[in-house]
Amino acid sequence: MLDFPRWKIWAIVLTLIAGTIFALPNLFPEAQVARWPSWLPKKQINLGLDLRGGSHLLLAVDTEAVIKQQVETLEDSVRATLRDTRDANGGRVGYGNFTTGPNSVSFLVRDASDVDAVVEALRGLSQPIGGSFSGQRDIDVSVRDGTRVTARLTEAGVNERKRLAVEQSIEIVRRRIDEMGTREPTIVRQGEDRILVQVPGLKDPGQLKDILGKTAKLEFKLVNTDVPAEDVYAGRVPPGSEILHMQNDPNQKIAVRRRVIISGEELTDAQPSYQQGQPVVSFRFNTAGGKRFGQVTTENTGKPFAIILDNEIISAPRINEPILGGSGIISGGFTVDEANNLAVLLRAGALPAPLQILEERTVGPDLGADSIRAGMIASIIGTIGVLTLMFVTYGRFGLFANAALILNVILILGIMTFLGATLTLPGIAGLVLTIGTAVDANVLIFERIREELRAGRSTLNAVDAGYTEASRAIFDANITNVIAAALMMWFGSGPVKGFAVVLTIGIVTSVFTGVTVCRMFNVLWLKRARPAKLVL
Amino acid sequence: MLLKLIPDNTNINFMRWKNISLAISVLLLVASVALVAVRGLNFGIDFKGGILIEAGFEKKPDLDELRDELNGLGLGAVSLQEFGGDRQIAIRLQQQDGGEQGQQTAVAKVRDTLSAKYGEDGVSFRRVETVGGKVSNDLIWDASLAIGLAMLGIAIYIWFRFEWQFGVGGLLSLFHDVALVIGFVALLGLEFDLNMVAALLTTVGYSLNDTVVIYDRVRENLRKYRKMDIEPLLNLTINETLSRTIMVSLATSVALLALLIFGGEVLRGFTAAMLVGVWVGTFSSIYVASPLLILMKVGPHTFLQTEENKAGKAEQTGKVNG
Repeated sequence: MLDFPRWKIWAIVLTLIAGTIFALPNLFPEAQVARWPSWLPKKQINLGLDLRGGSHLLLAVDTEAVIKQQVETLEDSVRATLRDTRDANGGRVGYGNFTTGPNSVSFLVRDASDVDAVVEALRGLSQPIGGSFSGQRDIDVSVRDGTRVTARLTEAGVNERKRLAVEQSIEIVRRRIDEMGTREPTIVRQGEDRILVQVPGLKDPGQLKDILGKTAKLEFKLVNTDVPAEDVYAGRVPPGSEILHMQNDPNQKIAVRRRVIISGEELTDAQPSYQQGQPVVSFRFNTAGGKRFGQVTTENTGKPFAIILDNEIISAPRINEPILGGSGIISGGFTVDEANNLAVLLRAGALPAPLQILEERTVGPDLGADSIRAGMIASIIGTIGVLTLMFVTYGRFGLFANAALILNVILILGIMTFLGATLTLPGIAGLVLTIGTAVDANVLIFERIREELRAGRSTLNAVDAGYTEASRAIFDANITNVIAAALMMWFGSGPVKGFAVVLTIGIVTSVFTGVTVCRMFNVLWLKRARPAKLVL
Repeated sequence: MLLKLIPDNTNINFMRWKNISLAISVLLLVASVALVAVRGLNFGIDFKGGILIEAGFEKKPDLDELRDELNGLGLGAVSLQEFGGDRQIAIRLQQQDGGEQGQQTAVAKVRDTLSAKYGEDGVSFRRVETVGGKVSNDLIWDASLAIGLAMLGIAIYIWFRFEWQFGVGGLLSLFHDVALVIGFVALLGLEFDLNMVAALLTTVGYSLNDTVVIYDRVRENLRKYRKMDIEPLLNLTINETLSRTIMVSLATSVALLALLIFGGEVLRGFTAAMLVGVWVGTFSSIYVASPLLILMKVGPHTFLQTEENKAGKAEQTGKVNG
């Protein structure tokens, strides 16, 4: 019992020192820690949003919209292909009864002898998925009843599109948030089609939500001035045109040509600025975009064009002269914030699909600070209570256990800092709970030693038996706790996870400090003092 | 002189009251189920969707006035509650129509209304939470799964380490504890949110911890005193482990009480549930988990059989234990 090998003592002491060094920066203000010598670890514990204040948003990519869009694209390309397909005599292929389903389009070919040529041409539209070796393609063309041709998005194709849309959305969300100049955002994918965004230190997440809530698809289209106003308001438009409403006044409607002259993808830069005292957004096209813009404005001088964001017209200015410099200005009666937001959106690019906010949790800095204060007070008072209880019950051994308990708290903080785990308010609750339950191991051992002493064993024998006999129960009891805590970590989201992380780390460290470290104290003291009678 | 919370060598005949205590347990169980059935649980927005806004006011606001103001927005039933002080008000709104966008619009409306009425500096938004229907359904499922799996996993572990009777005893007492804590939550009308799930899982962990310590001693004593009847043996065991049981429950209670009193309003319901969980768990290890062993006819033969029949397994277990 008394042989406690020197290497073991060293290993324990080194572990404790390492834990302390990692925990230390948490006791000092950040600015002071920054001035410490470079060889000291400076990382401070990662505070959760509920403690430091900030916003947590769970977004869902509207994958239905992605597929709808995909079907629209399919329809366009099928029609275009049909236009270009020639029958045996070099004439156009006749078709009719064109219908669009949830993930397919189909039509009747008038002349059965053209079907083969049509199918052949449509097959050319499909692309291989996941490299050409997988053998899967994104579009499947089939013929029924001789002349009904159906082009369907395959399941693999649909999934691939969804996957790409989510990935692309994450990228765009990251760019937008970076463009806002936010500090340390966390943006991660969750599940199949969800994106978790955590932004610390935001007082009002309004701007963030505004920015993430927009698809930001920017398009320039020509206004169709041939449509009389009464037709526009009656909803009658010639093919190739559509009716859109103004962003700042949904009742004001304009007919525009469907063909996109130029889109937001061609932008290289967008900045908020002022024109005649009004906030505007100035933008610049890339070379190809600039050239096309120059060409279109030259051909259509004197006519109006529409600047369209997410199918709403921001403004429809008249082209006074050809715009050849590849840059321009969007004015639309913006406020300063709106101009800033629009510039951010244009710089970051359009989302492939709209995002929905499924869950929002925002904590203001006041509540965060209050929570930290309350948590600290509760931890300190809880610790003092437990320390007192242990001391009055077990005396000297209680002091050993108390030293182990304090080391336990330090170790938990050190490990959390080292791993970069996040401390949340429920996490603080986990810490306080751990302070209470950590003494379990010591109590089991001490009670067992008391029993063995009463049974008439010698001091050393009793201590030895106490540790051996109690270790089985300690092991089993802690495993049950680990099972509960691990499941909380696995399934729990947000608050539950923060609680479980501290609990799990606390179980591991409390077995280490409660059993190993405390035993070392006991042994070292017994060796030195060699008490004839143990007061316990 | 050291404080002895529990005198040495207690010899309390715990099992003498086992019928009464089992009756009380069953009664409390039924009462809990009835409470939940009649009063229902006060589900938080995590589980039913909706909006929670904690607003801090510069001056104590007039609740009736505030309620009228918010009811006028047409956002459905608005509930107001003082939250840790008369200047902090928790505003709860039901899940809004119009999907996820509807929720966001409602939050913006409340923010604008309060800012307009009390001034930008007169009111601060300490906390804003909105949970939509999709997420709340996921959360309900995840939470139920976590609690169910935790109970099952732990019961299987005990079965594996002890015998099946102990696994069943542990599982049943877990049901008892979880049901009673939920009953307590329903009784006080505490908000049942994600934190409550954590409180329930903590109860599961703590209660089992306590039970395992006693079961471990039962097993040891069954091997030591092969001639002793199960009832006196359980009494002996519970007396032997009594001071530990009380001490740990006391230490945990001290820590949790500190949290309950000083830990702030956000954690209050959660801490109260954990505290009750600890007490229920302590009670159930003595009065539910142990008497169940009698009902399932555990005796010295339970482990003797194992040791004779599965010598290999016993040897293995021995190694692990050593």
